[in-house]
Amino acid sequence: MKKTVILLMTLILTVTLAACGKNNNESSNSPSENASNSPSESASDLSGSFLASGSSAMQKLVEQASGKFMDKNKGVSIQVQAGGSGTGLTQVSEGQSEIGNSDVFAEEKLDADKAAALVDHQVAVVSIAAVINPAVTVDNLTKQQLIDIFTGKVTNWKDVGGNDQKIQIVNRPSSSGTRATFEKFALGQKTEDLQGSIQEDSSGTVKKLVGETPGAIGYLALSYLDDSIKKVKYEGIEATEDTVADGTYPVWAYEHMYTKGEPKAEVKAFLDFMLSDEVQNGDVVELGYIPMSKMKVKRDVAGNVTK
Amino acid sequence: MSQSLDRQKAKPHLAEEWVGKIYTFLCILFLITTIFSIVYFVASKGLSTFIVNHVNVIDLLTGLKWLPDGEPALFGALPFIFGSFSTSILAACLAAPLGFCAAVFMVEISPKFGRKYLQPVIELLAGIPSVVYGFVGLSVIVPFFRDVFPGQGIGIAAGALVLSIMILPTITTIATDALAALPKGLKEGSYALGSTRWQTIYRIVLPTTLPALMTGIVLGIARAFGEALAVQMVIGNAPHIPRSLFESASTLTSAITLSMGNTAMGSLANNALWSLALILMLMTFVFVFIVRFLEGRSKL
Repeated sequence: MKKTVILLMTLILTVTLAACGKNNNESSNSPSENASNSPSESASDLSGSFLASGSSAMQKLVEQASGKFMDKNKGVSIQVQAGGSGTGLTQVSEGQSEIGNSDVFAEEKLDADKAAALVDHQVAVVSIAAVINPAVTVDNLTKQQLIDIFTGKVTNWKDVGGNDQKIQIVNRPSSSGTRATFEKFALGQKTEDLQGSIQEDSSGTVKKLVGETPGAIGYLALSYLDDSIKKVKYEGIEATEDTVADGTYPVWAYEHMYTKGEPKAEVKAFLDFMLSDEVQNGDVVELGYIPMSKMKVKRDVAGNVTK
Repeated sequence: MSQSLDRQKAKPHLAEEWVGKIYTFLCILFLITTIFSIVYFVASKGLSTFIVNHVNVIDLLTGLKWLPDGEPALFGALPFIFGSFSTSILAACLAAPLGFCAAVFMVEISPKFGRKYLQPVIELLAGIPSVVYGFVGLSVIVPFFRDVFPGQGIGIAAGALVLSIMILPTITTIATDALAALPKGLKEGSYALGSTRWQTIYRIVLPTTLPALMTGIVLGIARAFGEALAVQMVIGNAPHIPRSLFESASTLTSAITLSMGNTAMGSLANNALWSLALILMLMTFVFVFIVRFLEGRSKL
């Protein structure tokens, strides 16, 4: 009896494993067969599979674009993983993935020599705006006011022109790329985590908490903004696609896709596809990013802006 | 006749014996290798904070400031350790009486109804994913606390309440098993001496099963200690020791999950997170030893 059970289990296991193996073979074989059998496809001579890992904020964009790319190039299979910018940069630097997605420059996360080996491909621009609870009667905050709020010097909205209401900070963890961008370009300095401040990693949770908590202030990428929260102007300038593009609104950052050295043909083709009009004017805009082609200004690692 | 049959059967039995032995041995070997590699992996990463980056162990354990990006970088993990202990112990304090009473009801007072309906329902709680608990906490408990108590609703109280529901099945199941395993003679003797049902439960059943009940609590605390996602969503994650139960705080697990993906492997900030993981693992070992100790003292 026991023997039959063991035998049965072994059999099931073997069959399952065999099936898995066969499936894998088929899936990796059939696209290339398709590709070779259908010369009508324009770029179908590309083949291979690679991994793009990193920033969770970029996952949706890269996933959508890779889906379209794979439809066009049946021989290429792209996997997109989200594990954070640091993980993505580490993995591409150690050769575990072909593309490392990051919200920040590699130099800010990795050692200088490791970062030097990576090639930067900037695929979109993300802009970040300070957001507050809709009940707070403030429309504009200056740089100094933001610094005072995020360093804890000002703890009540009445000190920055609002109603008498305690300020509740909804921050990101200190390792977050969004926070790094906000601190660097909106505050111009690093801040400590204050007693009583809230830190959340996901933009969805930040939005929920800012929308629900009285007197809350946080910051979000433009794509997350809606009526449940209120966008405040920065130094009198509203964060829009145009103000970011012409450089008047300073709180923005590139979305990077790093490769180690020059990429392989299929990786290069995908990165070119990311910068093609189809993705730039389609998925990039749709997901609330600003296309690279619109940007009239450029910025380097040190934060210097050039026209 | 029967002898010859036995002899014929002897060989397949021997083979079965060996197949079974080797198979089970391989399973155990696989488990032990896994455990040791995990311990080695976490320890080697976690200790490199002290060996490679020369962070003082005492500073890490007693420091109050966590500034991985600061100048100089400070790694004081005491707020996280405090947060982990306070949330999980508070959760156990909330869940233990509930779990005990539910177990007493299911075993002593209304066994038929309890065993048939209550126990499956409570065990269902164990099957709910932690992110669901977290989201319910964020959508229901946090706004409720925000309205009723001073503060923003997030904090140790919200975390402990979410955790207490999560560990309720552990505590209840273990308590139920312990109560059910109590020899009938003890209770019958107590009744024979004229004590009421409450006197029997209070004076005989609970004291005798206490070590087993404690085991359930410690296992519950261990589970709460290691829970990350649900707590992270409702506790606020400020790296400070909070001044009240309704102020943003952090636990070891929430600190790790918040920053692990955002820091590069091998960097100081990342190693410090592994040190937190090492503390977490050592604490879990302590809990396991406490459970073994309690089991040894059990009178059943």
